[in-house]
Amino acid sequence: MRIAVCVKQIPDPATPYDLDPVTHRVVRPNDQVLDDTDRFGVEVGLQLAEASEGTVTLFSMSPSGSLQGIRQALAMGADKAVIIDDENLAGSDALTTSRVLAAAIEREGFDLVIAGTESTDGYTGVVPQQIAELVDVPSLTFARKVEVTDGGIRIEQQTAGGYDVVEAPLPALLSVTSGVVEPRYPTFKGIMQAKKKPIDTLTAEDLGFSADQVGEAAAGQTITSVEPIPAREAGEIVEDDGEGYLKIVALLEQVKVI
Amino acid sequence: MSSTIRPGGETPNDFLQIDSLLDDEERLIRDTVREFVGDRVLPNVAEWFESGYLPKELAREMGAIGLLGMHLDGYGCAGTNAVSYGLACTELEAGDSGVRSFVSVQGSLAMYPIWAFGSEEQKQQWLPGMASGEIIGCFGLTEPDAGSDPGAMRTRARRDGDDWVIDGTKMWITNGGIADVAVVWAQTDEGIRGFIVPTDTPGFTANDIHHKLSLRASITSELVLDGVRLPADAALPGVVGLKGPLSCLNEARFGILFGAVGAGRASYEAALTYAKERVQFGHPIASYQLTQRKLVEMMVKVNKGMLLSVHLGRKHDDGTLTAEQISFGKMENVRDALEVAREARSILGANGITLDYPVIRHMNNLESVITYEGTNEVHTLVLGHAITGIPAFN
Repeated sequence: MRIAVCVKQIPDPATPYDLDPVTHRVVRPNDQVLDDTDRFGVEVGLQLAEASEGTVTLFSMSPSGSLQGIRQALAMGADKAVIIDDENLAGSDALTTSRVLAAAIEREGFDLVIAGTESTDGYTGVVPQQIAELVDVPSLTFARKVEVTDGGIRIEQQTAGGYDVVEAPLPALLSVTSGVVEPRYPTFKGIMQAKKKPIDTLTAEDLGFSADQVGEAAAGQTITSVEPIPAREAGEIVEDDGEGYLKIVALLEQVKVI
Repeated sequence: MSSTIRPGGETPNDFLQIDSLLDDEERLIRDTVREFVGDRVLPNVAEWFESGYLPKELAREMGAIGLLGMHLDGYGCAGTNAVSYGLACTELEAGDSGVRSFVSVQGSLAMYPIWAFGSEEQKQQWLPGMASGEIIGCFGLTEPDAGSDPGAMRTRARRDGDDWVIDGTKMWITNGGIADVAVVWAQTDEGIRGFIVPTDTPGFTANDIHHKLSLRASITSELVLDGVRLPADAALPGVVGLKGPLSCLNEARFGILFGAVGAGRASYEAALTYAKERVQFGHPIASYQLTQRKLVEMMVKVNKGMLLSVHLGRKHDDGTLTAEQISFGKMENVRDALEVAREARSILGANGITLDYPVIRHMNNLESVITYEGTNEVHTLVLGHAITGIPAFN
């Protein structure tokens, strides 16, 4: 099985990073890390590849920088990576990102595309479904459990109240939730070998996009403003006068958790 | 000025940005060990410490990642550079000195002599299983009456036909009671030699040492060798004399000088967090000058220790590190870490004496670390010899 896994390098969530005041884009440091949610996609890809003597190819659209995050996914066991690194791509919206990734994935060939549900820096959450549409395969989204069937994939799709069982024939796209599997630790041997694994670097033009078809120029979506996260407000204190539990139940009902 | 979003808050733990001295591979190895310690050690170590226990299965988990004998080449070992090995020790010891001790003993004291001085057959037989954690090793040098002066050892191996027969007692042996194989150093007619002793050999007994108040998440044992008969090929062919065990100790001490920084860092982080949250007289205690002084001293010691470690690691990797420089690092970094842990304990007040916080665990552990692998005093005299040319302990 040829498995394409979409991954993203993001600024380390544990350290401060800046937003450009004019473009409102994240100012990307040279050293970025693998988005934690992508480790689940990589692990699912590796497990499926190991069961089918398949291959796992990583796809990522970002300024390549130090490639530390990509190497982490290669160290887990992925076979190769395809990076689309092109300054013309700066400012691309989610749909352009999907177009570029879809073009790279189709160029490489695939049986299954795996992605996380959304990135931890952008949170648009639409790229997986858009890629499925662009490469014209069914999308199995929000998988909390994945199994291979005869010629297809069956998942438990997380829903607000539980899960649906959904299945589709291959080729297909799969988006996985955090917790679908336990991602493995990269082994030291894997880390040492990762730097020898192939990383293909492509430009948008390599994939048939002209400068005006990508980036800021082609974005149908603009970020109009950014605001700092407001300071957390004090919570509501329920005094227990003997019937405090009723107020708590009412509050829980209000937020629809019971 | 750009607008700034700081999701993680300020991170004062790498004040000198020593991260920038590491390459991608070293950072990834460091981060992997940090994650492993966060997943497997930190949630459990207070309980292990209290009950005086280290789960044996941890060996295989560490072997699966590649932690055991990680800086050795071939025979199932990962073959990383020395800086990566050091960084792994820092992260392990930020968990617990006992866990780091396990890895030091397995990799630097048990596997290293087989790797460096063993025959090809010995390497093939032992190293892959030790790298995977299926075989646990220990290192028998210290004796009840021969600590800083290992040349005074009484353990003796004599020839009997082609066989070797070993008699003697080894003391303070980390991993002794859980080891499958011991590398034992003994006097012979030719000088001190190393022997690979399977612990199920008749005449070999390991007695665990109890009532420790330090390194409790670590097994420490006495090894008794009573007429232990071994075949001729049990001896390590590659070395005769004290330089054999001392070269192993240099490897282990190199790991310790990195490791101690981890224990210090964890203590400093706990104290910094606590000082910012603990309110007395209406203010966080971090706002008081006496506390700030303590916190700054701790931060400086931790960062300085890491900087020294990385420098010595680079020298190890380019083959220019001397034993005296290792003494410098082991002496200074462990002493500093112990001082940091004690200061951290004082900042945490009464809470600092419980296992709910890591500081007294690190503080007590470091009392062992400052003594083992060359006491602080002996390393001081090694440096005294180096700068005056006069040996003080001969």
